[in-house]
Amino acid sequence: MDDTSLLHIDDLDVTLPTAAGPLRAVRGMNLSLRKGEALGIVGESGSGKSMTALALMRLLPPGARLRAGALRYAGHDLEAMPDADFAAQIAGRGIAMIFQEPMTSLNPVYTIERQMTELMVRDGASAARARERALYLLDRVKVPDPAHRLRSYPHQLSGGQRQRVMIAMALMTEPQLLIADEPTTALDVTVQAQILELLAELRQEFGMAMILITHDLAVVANAVDRVMVMYGGQPLESGPARTVLGDPRHPYTRGLLECAPGKAGRHARLNAIPGIVPSLVDPLPGCVFGPRCAHATAECRNGDIARTPRDAQGWFRCLHPQAAAQPAIATRANTADTGVAQPPARPSADIVLSATHITRTFSQRKGIFGKPYQVRAVDDASLQVAHGETVAVVGESGSGKSTLARILLGLDDPDQGEVRLDGRPVAGLSAAERARLVQPVFQDPYSSLNPRRPVGEIVARPLALHGEAGAADLRRETLRMLERVGLPQRVIHSYPNQLSGGQRQRVAIARALILRPRLLLCDEPTSALDVSVQAQILNLLQDLQEEFGLSMLFITHDIGVVRKIADRVAVMRDGRIVETGPAGTVLERPSHDYTALLLSSVPTLAHAFAGAA
Amino acid sequence: MTNQDKTLAAGLAATAPPPAAEPDFDAQRRQAFWRRVRGHRGLQAGAAILLALLAVAVFAPWLAPHDPNAQSLAYRLLPPAWSEGGSWTYLLGTDQVGRDYLSRLIYGTRISLVVGFGAASIGCLIGVTLGVCAGYFGGRIDSLVSFLLTSQLALPGLLLAMALVFIIGPSLWVVIGIIGGLHWTYYLVVTRTSTMRLRQLDFVAAARAIGSSRRQILWHEILPNLLNQIIVVFTFEVGIAVLAEAALSFLGVGIQPPTPSWGLMIAEGKMAIFHRPWLVVLPGMALFLLVIGANLLGDGLRDVTSPEKRN
Repeated sequence: MDDTSLLHIDDLDVTLPTAAGPLRAVRGMNLSLRKGEALGIVGESGSGKSMTALALMRLLPPGARLRAGALRYAGHDLEAMPDADFAAQIAGRGIAMIFQEPMTSLNPVYTIERQMTELMVRDGASAARARERALYLLDRVKVPDPAHRLRSYPHQLSGGQRQRVMIAMALMTEPQLLIADEPTTALDVTVQAQILELLAELRQEFGMAMILITHDLAVVANAVDRVMVMYGGQPLESGPARTVLGDPRHPYTRGLLECAPGKAGRHARLNAIPGIVPSLVDPLPGCVFGPRCAHATAECRNGDIARTPRDAQGWFRCLHPQAAAQPAIATRANTADTGVAQPPARPSADIVLSATHITRTFSQRKGIFGKPYQVRAVDDASLQVAHGETVAVVGESGSGKSTLARILLGLDDPDQGEVRLDGRPVAGLSAAERARLVQPVFQDPYSSLNPRRPVGEIVARPLALHGEAGAADLRRETLRMLERVGLPQRVIHSYPNQLSGGQRQRVAIARALILRPRLLLCDEPTSALDVSVQAQILNLLQDLQEEFGLSMLFITHDIGVVRKIADRVAVMRDGRIVETGPAGTVLERPSHDYTALLLSSVPTLAHAFAGAA
Repeated sequence: MTNQDKTLAAGLAATAPPPAAEPDFDAQRRQAFWRRVRGHRGLQAGAAILLALLAVAVFAPWLAPHDPNAQSLAYRLLPPAWSEGGSWTYLLGTDQVGRDYLSRLIYGTRISLVVGFGAASIGCLIGVTLGVCAGYFGGRIDSLVSFLLTSQLALPGLLLAMALVFIIGPSLWVVIGIIGGLHWTYYLVVTRTSTMRLRQLDFVAAARAIGSSRRQILWHEILPNLLNQIIVVFTFEVGIAVLAEAALSFLGVGIQPPTPSWGLMIAEGKMAIFHRPWLVVLPGMALFLLVIGANLLGDGLRDVTSPEKRN
């Protein structure tokens, strides 16, 4: 171990006890990090990326077993170190960690000052010195008016500000290594861009090493030197960011890059990775990606795959590495071309949904005796969706897009303005008539299905409710619908918690389509899903749109998804629609400043490589 | 392969190939349910205790060796058969007026079960209705229900129950009604918060979007998701109600003598608690058995019926 090495992990295994047997959350993890280096760990949910970080910080859930060939940090043997020493020397001092959810990472009953200075004061610094450093760091992370903020409580800060405070707090004790676990996932894209930039700056200034854990390839590409791709608890490929993401050798890395909806145009199909992440309880021998891999052969199943070194730092774990001749980025550009070649669906003049001058104001008051004040959630929004057309509503959190969605669904009434479905005012429609015109698909597949009902009942419910079909018809139609969304017959008796996120979203789509509505209103339908599953769902929605002649209103914050699916785009901010137009025009030549800011904030691979070149 | 087929394959790939003939899914579900029941010791123990007590209550006339009200002053305060001076004629001894203690315990099971389940059901009806309405509708209804709750919590329960029984006059049904009418706060608190949480979830919005009415949403979407909590509170309240009946009877305003009730038996035995402890210990043990059985059964039912366990 030379003196520039900071962290060395060799052959780390983490096993969690579950009812079904031991779950191998991390297997054969190797990692080394030099001082000041930034490593990105990329993977989908269940890939073991967070578990690796938790193992390092001794934050594993109770019952978890950790085994490692070597686990060294700056000359300390972390495996042999007693908990008390670890808490006194490493946790927070040597290695600091920031988490995904800024809303719950700060203790709501203490002031920012108390939380920031706690560790330094406990280590013997005077309160005044600690406060001085807190002020300096808050200023460095660009929190406005630091002196005032020190006296604030967490609920008085926005999500972005809280994440800045978390970063400043992590830096109080000058750690050598910062572990950031999905630090920007819960934040809006414009805030995400600022936080990533800030992390890069601070790393330079403090000479700190960083492990950035994320599911977003573009975020990694823009923020780190080296990337490790994890899947099913194993690292599959590692190397300099530019090599791994620009010219991946492992089929999984390539698949991930291809299924991210990026530059590829409208109607271009995403190359979704089939299947779902395998169970890590009693995993099959051989390559962990084998069951989903198009290139897998019999020898892939014959025991563990050794690492193949690639260049000075890189390696991959695959017997059938992908040829270098076809870089992933170029492939993506090609699909973009073919996408443009297909004629976009011609929206007819038949207007399915028209909303005119929608305004919705919420009246709130603080406590019983507080003065009521008004929050204008939607402000004079007008929107039209034609037959067979997909309109995307883009906006950040708090822009009013979800309130607008509820109004368009008829679940909430606007204060002013009118919604017409199929030319008739929605206020005059009965619930049953409305249900046949518009159906929703929601964001969170975990809360959008009643956990107490089996899938068959959930899908059949809309038909059963309106009492038009007999039991046999109901069952036949349900099975047909499940088949159409790509689910096997046997899920009809499963409960939602037995399905994966992607499968649940398919059930939600089946329920929405069984009434054959004219408009499908999708509120962030893929943002809770892994990127490979997202591609499957987007492809499915596109197929169903063609088959059923659906119109779609797609509410999202993800510009990549908009590019993939939208004919027209409406950009929302603070309750107003600031720009609308054909997708190509709005995304390529935005006319409103905010749209331009939104677009430039989205991290892209192309941007990362352009910067590096 | 067309694009559509590929998308379908993507969803199907992770799952096993569909079997040629459709298996009997309902039978599989039943089997899975009984497998969970077999794996749950607490549930089995609770069910066994309650079924045994139920059998005792139903078959009391055949099980009891003596008439529970027959006095024989010659055999007063006999100890149980196994202690010195006991007789095998009176297995668990006799009380102050020479009634067979075992027979009185057996008949007392009837009273305790009827009061426990009756009062818990009345409380359940009141509490769940109020809780679901408050949680789902919010606003003024919620404020009103919360006020009712605060008032109820501020009242001294036992005192109020005593006063009410005193005014109306003691009888079994009055006791059940009053205990039930005073024990609904747990149901309310639990169902109100859960309903508030459930109301926000997307599946409720989805139900509204397919045109469900409020009543349909409450019955079909909300209530099934409250079932687990209601079961737990219910069995807990059964125990509380049995104890409340015992307390009222002990204080003389519950079940009236000579009806055999466990609480009344403890009350009557308290004079002799130091030199005839079994007079208090035996009905006390019976009460304990019933309460623990109800709680074990409730926890077990919650475990085997909750969807999270169906993996």
